[in-house]
Amino acid sequence: MKELSRSTKENGIRVLLILLFAFIALVALFPIISLIVASFSPSTDLMRFGLTPELFFSGFTVENFQSLFGGEAGAYWRWYGNSLLISAILIVLSLIFSSMVGYALAVYEFKGKRFIFILVLLILMIPFEILMLPLYTMMVNLRLVDSYFGVMLPLIVAPIAVFFFRQYCLGLPKELMESGRVDGCTEFGIFARIMAPLMLPSFAAMAILQGLSSWNNFLWPLIVLRSNDMFTLPVGLATLLTPYGNNYEVLFSGSVMAIIPIIVLFLFFQRFFIAGLTSGGVKG
Amino acid sequence: MANTATAGKKKRSNILYSKKLAPYIFVSPFIISFLLLSLYPFLSAINMSFQRVLPGQTSYVGFSNFERVFNPVFYTAVQNTTIYVVWTVVILTIIPMIFAIFLNHRLMMFTNFFRASIFIPALTSVIVAGTIFRMIFGESDAAFANQVIGLFGFEPVEWRYSAGTAMFLMVALACWRWMGVNVLYYLAALQNVSKDLYEAADIDGANAWQKFRHVTFPAIKPIFIFLSTITTINGFRMFEESFVFFETTSPGNIGLTIVGYIYSEGIQRNDMGFGAAIGIVLLGIIFVVSLVQLYLTGAFKKEDA
Repeated sequence: MKELSRSTKENGIRVLLILLFAFIALVALFPIISLIVASFSPSTDLMRFGLTPELFFSGFTVENFQSLFGGEAGAYWRWYGNSLLISAILIVLSLIFSSMVGYALAVYEFKGKRFIFILVLLILMIPFEILMLPLYTMMVNLRLVDSYFGVMLPLIVAPIAVFFFRQYCLGLPKELMESGRVDGCTEFGIFARIMAPLMLPSFAAMAILQGLSSWNNFLWPLIVLRSNDMFTLPVGLATLLTPYGNNYEVLFSGSVMAIIPIIVLFLFFQRFFIAGLTSGGVKG
Repeated sequence: MANTATAGKKKRSNILYSKKLAPYIFVSPFIISFLLLSLYPFLSAINMSFQRVLPGQTSYVGFSNFERVFNPVFYTAVQNTTIYVVWTVVILTIIPMIFAIFLNHRLMMFTNFFRASIFIPALTSVIVAGTIFRMIFGESDAAFANQVIGLFGFEPVEWRYSAGTAMFLMVALACWRWMGVNVLYYLAALQNVSKDLYEAADIDGANAWQKFRHVTFPAIKPIFIFLSTITTINGFRMFEESFVFFETTSPGNIGLTIVGYIYSEGIQRNDMGFGAAIGIVLLGIIFVVSLVQLYLTGAFKKEDA
C-alpha cells in the first residue's frame, strides 16, 4: 500500500517535470519554428507587415527558397561558402592548437606553467573588443583587410578552449604517459596516439562550441571585411536587415539555411559528446 | 622508478623524447599568439589611447582622449551595458542551474530531447535570432508579441522604441540563446556529484533544500563562478544584440553599449585614439567588476584550501 502511494507520487512528479520541460522546449523552439513558417510565407506578406508577418500561414509558398536557389540571391551563396571555409579551417586549427596547450598545462610539470595559465586567464578577461582597433590597424598594415586570413588570424588559438582542455586533461590517467614512454613513444606521439583518443569527448564539445563561435562570429568580420563578395554569412545577412535592403525573400529563407550546417555539426558531434559524458571513460 | 630513469637516459639524445622540452613545444602556439595577437595589440591600444590618429599622421595628445570619454553619451552606454549585465547574469546563472537539476532528476524522462531543444537556440547567430525577434516583437498590431499581450488587454507596444522594452529585447535575445549552453555546463558538473553523498544525505534525513545546499551546490559551485564571471565579461562586451535591433543608431541611444560606442567612434568615425581610450576604460570597468565578483563568490578562498 505504501509502495503504491509512493509510486503514484513519483509518477505525479514525473508528469509535472515533463509538462514543465515541454513548455520550456516550446518557448525555446518557438522562434525557430516561426522563422521556418515565415520562410514559407509569401513575400508580399513579409513586405506588408515588414518584419512582422502574421504567424499563421496566409498561404504556403516555396518562392522564397526558389529565389534563394534560383540565382536571385545576390551574393548569398558566396557568403555561405566563405563562412563554411573559414569555420572549417578555424575548427581544425583551434582544436589542434588549443588542445596541445591545455594538455601541456594539465599533464606536465615545467617552469613557467603557472605563469602561462595565469596568462590564459588574463586573456579570457581582456575583451577582444579592446584589441580590435590595434588588430585592425595591424591587418591594414599587413594588407590582410578583406581576406580570409585576416578574419581567421586572431581566432586561431582560443583561450576559452585552452582553459576547457586544461580542465579536462587534469582528469587524464597520467600512468598511461609513463607506459607510452616505456614503449618508446615520443612525447607528441603520447599526446596524439594515447591521450588524444581519451580526450575525444572534449574535442567533440569544443568542435561544437568553436564551430558555433566562428560560424556566428560577427563583429570582427564586420570590421575586417570590406567587399560584398568577402562577407561571411552573418555580416551578409545583416546587410539585408537594414531599412534599405528589404530583400525579405532571401533574408528569411537564407536565415533558415544559415542554421543548417551548425545543426548538422551539433547532431554529428552530440553523440560523441553525450556518450563521452555518460560512459564515464574519463572522469574529471 | 628504475624504468623512468633508464628511459630518460636512453632517450636523452633525441629532443622528440625530451620530457623537459615537450611542454614548451606544446604551449608555443599559445605563446606566439599571445605575443603577436594579444600583448602587442594590447600595448598599442594603450599607446593609441594617448594619440590622435589621423590618416598618415599620429600625434600624442596626452590624456585628452580620456577627458573626452567621460561625456553623457558614454554614461548612457555604461548605464545600458550595466543594466544588461545585471539582468543576464542573474537570469543566466540561476535559471539554467534549476533546469539542469530538474533535467538530472532521477524521475526525468526524455532528457536528451529536452536538453537538445533548449540548446538549439545557441546554434543560431545573433543576426538570425535577431531577425526572428524583430519579427515576433514587431511594431504592428499583427506582430505575435503584440497579439499575445493583446489577449491580456494591453495596448500594442512599439518594442524597439522605448528604453525599457528595448532592454527587454536585448536581454531576452541573449537569454534565449545562451540558456541551453549554460544548462549543459551545469549538467556536466552534475555528472561528477557522487550518488553516495545523496544516499548519505537521505539516511541523515536531509530535505531537498538541504541536499541542494550541502551536496549539489558545492559540486556545481565552480561552474556557477565560471558562468557568472563569463556572463559578466560577455555582457560588458555586448554589441551584437544591440546591433541587430538598432544597427548603430537607436532613438535616444537606448541601445548604445560601450562596445557599440567603440565601434561607432573608432571604426565608423575613424577616431581610433578615442575608440582605444573607451576600450581602456572598458577594460578597467571589467577588471574591477570581475575582481569584486570573484571575491564575493569566494573564488580566491579556494586557492588557500
